[in-house]
Amino acid sequence: MREYFSNIWSGLFTVLVGMKITFKHLFEPAVTIQYPDEKPKLPERARNRLYVNMDDCIGCDQCSRACPVSCITIETVKGLPTDDIGKTSNGKKKALWVTKFDIDFAKCCYCQLCVFPCPTECIYMTETYEFAEYNRDNLNYSFVTLTPSEIEEKKENYAKLEAEKAAQKAAAAAAPKPAPKTEE
Amino acid sequence: MIIYDFLSELFGSPVLAAFIQSFIPLIFLIPFALFAVWLERKVSAFMQDRIGPNRVGAHGWLQTVADILKLIQKEDIVATNANKPLFNIAPVLVFAGSYLAFAAIPFSSAFIGSGIDLGLLFIVAASGFVVAGILMGGWASNNKYSLLGAVRSAAQVVSYEIPTVLVILSVVMLTGSLSLYELSEMQTSSFYNWVIFGGTAPTLQKILLIPFMFIGFIIIYISSLAEVNRTPFDIPEAESELVAGFHTEYSGMKFAMFFLAEYANMFAVSAIVSAIFLGGYQSPFGYLGNTIGWEWLVPIEQFFWFAAKGIFFVFVQMWLRWTLPRLRVDQLMALCWKYLIPIAFVNLLIIGIIVIL
Ligand code: SF4
Ligand code: SF4
Repeated sequence: MREYFSNIWSGLFTVLVGMKITFKHLFEPAVTIQYPDEKPKLPERARNRLYVNMDDCIGCDQCSRACPVSCITIETVKGLPTDDIGKTSNGKKKALWVTKFDIDFAKCCYCQLCVFPCPTECIYMTETYEFAEYNRDNLNYSFVTLTPSEIEEKKENYAKLEAEKAAQKAAAAAAPKPAPKTEE
Repeated sequence: MIIYDFLSELFGSPVLAAFIQSFIPLIFLIPFALFAVWLERKVSAFMQDRIGPNRVGAHGWLQTVADILKLIQKEDIVATNANKPLFNIAPVLVFAGSYLAFAAIPFSSAFIGSGIDLGLLFIVAASGFVVAGILMGGWASNNKYSLLGAVRSAAQVVSYEIPTVLVILSVVMLTGSLSLYELSEMQTSSFYNWVIFGGTAPTLQKILLIPFMFIGFIIIYISSLAEVNRTPFDIPEAESELVAGFHTEYSGMKFAMFFLAEYANMFAVSAIVSAIFLGGYQSPFGYLGNTIGWEWLVPIEQFFWFAAKGIFFVFVQMWLRWTLPRLRVDQLMALCWKYLIPIAFVNLLIIGIIVIL
């Protein structure tokens, strides 16, 4: 009998306790972050979309080799001795024209492994994480700054240079030099 | 009452007047349902430290209107193996059942759907109608979850009707009337005359009655909560176990009908509880209209109090919903048969004795 009444009492009492708690929460400010309008602050070192600063890139291919999923594709062409390709911000002289620098973000796993080997620190993570696309091909970002015609020109220049060298070689019958190889 | 007289004079025919009168609660009910759905979502959001709907209209108040527009446009899907006639009738029946109750609820001294003398009995009977609709919908869907939900609902409503009726009986012993209109008229002038405070009985009786009336009030509130299948008694539609219970297979307008019926029911039980115990449409103190001599203001004030009390109890239902977890089936039945019914019975006896004294 005693148990019966204490059950009733504890039942009613605990309901009231619960109601008090929910009532208090009625006046508490919401914790919601209304996403597209308000964005949560990203933590330091958050890993998002990559960016390549092509002014600094020397086309050394180290990032591409570090990538575990091979999503970076780099093609380079050697510059002519007369070409001024410019200098990187930390003073290195550039020797290669980068004719292709594609990162396929559909494959990228945002591991950041490509960022560390870069000698000129020109590939890095940005704050952008909203870049969904309807077509997967659109996720293949190209970072080259050269126009297609320029790329053609550089390639032709190099081919000409090679041809000249080969002609000289044949003519002078000099010691054969190993052919300069283009990366990939 | 006044509105009915006015209508029958206007149309010159009592039948036509009654017909038109029967639509008046709907004018109140549909905006109320829209408001209540919005309120429910806001209350739940605030209780969980969220924001809730806030895109359509200021503070999202148009959200439910948009939802209804969406539901109207939706395809009406009827499962192949469903029993089509019953499947189609069920939502209408459920809504009709909850709308029936409004026939006997006085909205203010100027308006009551039908001033029948057996209003309370009528409402108890009408709530049985809803069970028929729910069972029909659950069975006709030919879906095991729907059937389970419907059967649970029937078991629940039938069991919880007993404590409700016992409490109503104890109130009737005190007031001697089954008409909600008379009940409300009796509790006039001040909150001290409300049945929960012993009604208009002599002072000594009143003091004796108050604790038992409070117990009765709590019992009828709990059991009416169970009758409308609200949390913590929502096992008929228990989302986590039964998808949506008896209305799992419904879509579009039919689903909206169930929804409307649920909110109409919530308001109906709140209005009944407040009419029985808390003076119905009566103001807790005097009327402004009487004080400044504008007689016509009184019914409007009464309607305000009626709506305010109803919405307050609807709010409490929502509050409970977002506070309490769902009861298990055995706990549900134990609460009814082992706690509410015996207490209601003893309460009935005690009130009876006090009234005779
Ligand atoms: S973040 Fe990782 S996966 Fe993405 S490009 Fe860099 S190395 Fe490759
Ligand atoms: S490691 Fe840096 S410099 Fe080298 S190719 Fe990649 S981005 Fe360019």
